[in-house]
Amino acid sequence: MASGSSITRASGQLHRALTEIWRLQPLYVSLYAILLSFIIGGVLISLIGVNPLTAYWALLRGMAGDADRLAGSLARSVPFIGSALALAFAFRAGLFNIGAEGQLLAGGITAAYVGALSWMTNLPGILAIPAILLAGTLGGTIWGGIPGVLRTKTGAHEVISTIMLNSVVLFAARWMVGSRNPVVLRDTDSTVPRTKPISDNAVLPELVDSQPTLHVGLLALVGMCFVVAFVLNRTNFGFEIATVGLNPHAAHYAGINVNRVLVWAMAASGAFAGLAAASEISGTSGHFQPGTFFLMGFDGIAIALLARTKPVAIIAAAVLWGSMLAGAPLMQQEANMSIDVVRIIQALVLLFVAADAIVRYLFRVKDIEQNPFQTSTVGGAI
Amino acid sequence: MGSFWARTPPATARVAPPLLQVDNLTKTFPGVVANQDVNLTLNEGEIHCLLGENGAGKSTLVNMVFGLQQPDAGEIYIRGQRVNFRNSGDAISAGIGMVHQHFQLIPVFSVAENIILGNEITRGTFLDINTARRQISKLAERYGLTVDPDARVGDLSVGEQQRVELVKALFRDADILILDEPTAVLTPGEVDDFFAVVKSLTSQGKSIIFITHKLREVLAVAHRITVLRAGQVVGSTTVKGATQQSLANLMVGRDVVFRVEKTQANPGALALQTQGLRAHDDRGVETVTGLDVEVRAGEIFGIAGVEGNGQRELVETICGMRSASSGTVHALGQNITGWSPRKINRLGVAHIPENRSKHGVVEQYSIANNLVLNRYNHKKFSTRGVRNTAAIQAEAASLVEQFDVRTTGVQAAISTLSGGNQQKVVVARELTGHLQLLVVAQPTRGLDVGSIEFIHRKIIELRDRGVAVLLVSAELDEIISLSDRIGVLYRGRLAATINAADATREELGLLMATGSSSSTDRNQP
Ligand SMILES: Nc1ncnc2c1ncn2[C@@H]1O[C@H](COP(=O)(O)OP(=O)(O)OP(=O)(O)O)[C@@H](O)[C@H]1O
Ligand SMILES: [Mg+2]
Repeated sequence: MASGSSITRASGQLHRALTEIWRLQPLYVSLYAILLSFIIGGVLISLIGVNPLTAYWALLRGMAGDADRLAGSLARSVPFIGSALALAFAFRAGLFNIGAEGQLLAGGITAAYVGALSWMTNLPGILAIPAILLAGTLGGTIWGGIPGVLRTKTGAHEVISTIMLNSVVLFAARWMVGSRNPVVLRDTDSTVPRTKPISDNAVLPELVDSQPTLHVGLLALVGMCFVVAFVLNRTNFGFEIATVGLNPHAAHYAGINVNRVLVWAMAASGAFAGLAAASEISGTSGHFQPGTFFLMGFDGIAIALLARTKPVAIIAAAVLWGSMLAGAPLMQQEANMSIDVVRIIQALVLLFVAADAIVRYLFRVKDIEQNPFQTSTVGGAI
Repeated sequence: MGSFWARTPPATARVAPPLLQVDNLTKTFPGVVANQDVNLTLNEGEIHCLLGENGAGKSTLVNMVFGLQQPDAGEIYIRGQRVNFRNSGDAISAGIGMVHQHFQLIPVFSVAENIILGNEITRGTFLDINTARRQISKLAERYGLTVDPDARVGDLSVGEQQRVELVKALFRDADILILDEPTAVLTPGEVDDFFAVVKSLTSQGKSIIFITHKLREVLAVAHRITVLRAGQVVGSTTVKGATQQSLANLMVGRDVVFRVEKTQANPGALALQTQGLRAHDDRGVETVTGLDVEVRAGEIFGIAGVEGNGQRELVETICGMRSASSGTVHALGQNITGWSPRKINRLGVAHIPENRSKHGVVEQYSIANNLVLNRYNHKKFSTRGVRNTAAIQAEAASLVEQFDVRTTGVQAAISTLSGGNQQKVVVARELTGHLQLLVVAQPTRGLDVGSIEFIHRKIIELRDRGVAVLLVSAELDEIISLSDRIGVLYRGRLAATINAADATREELGLLMATGSSSSTDRNQP
């Protein structure tokens, strides 16, 4: 009991340092959740008989040990930015879009299809690249927009419909990419089911020749985070979205077309996932395989929650997430720890972020406001 | 101050300690002292009224007694025992019940579910909703508070929700009941019933702290009265010798006019006309049943009626928030039937909604954002879709000043304002800008006498400038003193239209209850 309270006193002091020195108010819970998860993860590792410091040191070097690894980690993180934005954007409108998984697939298929069209080979890169990115974005937009329409026309809850649409597109994609008779999108020259490679002109320029390749998609998605922050915090559309999310009745009274906002928020949300998928295909794989996006949408949920749905914080959260996954193999090699340890730590992070009462209690954090229009912190576009 | 005003005598003089004693409570919020050295005693079987302007600190005081907020300094004693409530659960266990100024009900739950929340009756591990339902019916019957335990709270009218709140407080068997403006939302008939309940409660030994802005009610039920101003107790008295005027003056610190002077109306062109209007409520019941109403520019048309006779649906249909099932609405020379709320607003129709927390404000927004809630996209406040924060704040600052909203700044969340000051924000927003038709429902609900006077003046000023006003109010006094003509709404239609100058409370009351002014018709459907 006594030691328990001295621990919370110590963590309370840490909290004060963060408040008064670094001014990271909105993200305390997330920072503490990460800290706590690594501590618990460390305990687990030592229970297995491995020195957690050795394991974490290997993990850290795997994540950012040299320029190449750092670039690889960043590359791994790019699609997570998009899938997290997909959740965050809809979240502002009070929607829980858990369909990024499906929206990634939809965007991936359309991007791969357009990228492999024969006329693409005649386009200069300056047109071919926007074409493939747009195609993916459009695929995601449509797949995200459908649950929005269903919600406003039939009242179907987006959580249910996005889950169902995830399955629909997954099985459709497997069939389109796998089937030899008839051939739909399958590359018949390949032994594994995948689409035909995209045209060389449609390949995103690379930034670093790392493993995987770090490409211009990083800049596109990071830029997108700033655009979204601006839209949500500074524009009328952002105000409408927030109003609908906080009080749809008041929004209706104030003349906002609630249904239109809901549909657009879902569609835009899908667009980010679609863009992420297109940038993966154009910048990394060069073709579409359903497995590429496995769990990326669901990781996006965790990342968005970790970033407290703040667009710019998503960049940091996605990079952390992606690099942990990229660094895990080195930890396995050097400390002989299964990669799954990283997954366990990530699951703990999600748990603590979602059940933030635990963290608030331990670190004595007061509840803080979330919405940019709520109080004086307008423009706090973290 | 009158000679009968005196500070509360120190409770130590008594033999038996009072049921509740509040000693030098102080509570500050950033920038405001909400309560300063407040003293209050409540004896068994007593009704103690708390009076004060909007923002005087009444809710803050009772919130501390109910454990919702913790005092910065001072003590609370129950039967002489010092108590230290960390939360409302502690207060409930100590026998305190509270009906809040803002509803605390969960709309998607049924009445029974709401009432037993936090007080679950279990049979084994299951929630025994049937026992709860029976107990609710019994309580409801005993205190004359009719509620349907199975109705979904979100479907209920404001008045009905208030009854649920009351049953909920009674259900938990409280000795001390705190009622924060419980009558603000009740109709005159309901208020009478409510006071019958209150009196029977006190005769059974329960004690009540009662907050209201309606001085008529204070004089009718209070045993003792305490008046707060700017967080401090400025007087404490018994009802004997007090008048509405003396109480009002003490509250506001100046003379208050109860009945605003106005000149003869000068009606112009037809500004609003509904023909054969029909509309349904949220449950699909037709509550507007072929209604014809006409309001001219430069006149105030009051709608009197018992709540639930179609007022809400009428207002919402006119303002585009609800679609008419048949009939037409013409306003300002246009057929606006089926128009969106925005289009109707742009035409020059302003709307003060009945339910402030549902429609009127976004609780989490700042005062500034609430003040531009329906005109954030005007040229003045945004350029090509990008918000012009400086202009929004400047507008907000000027409205706050003009309408005397008591706040520390326009960036504060609106939820930090007292209830009456939130209402002033809504009124300020709607009474500004280009408007030719004003649709107001319960414009002064929850406002102190001084603010009511101010808003009445504003509405009359608008009328004199040629604005047409449709006024819906449960306050008969407000209807009679403000309106030029009065329509009595009965079962979705106008049962009668009379000149306000000839109207009496009695006649209106009869019309509202029966739809007819001759008492022989009374028993006919
Ligand atoms: N959570 C809060 N944060 C900041 N200020 C607050 C908060 N709650 C109340 N206040 C301020 O304290 C003062 C007293 O508010 P309170 O709600 O007690 O008034 P009231 O007497 O109940 O008024 P009304 O009649 O309008 O309900 C007001 O100035 C209000 O703005
Ligand atoms: Mg109050």
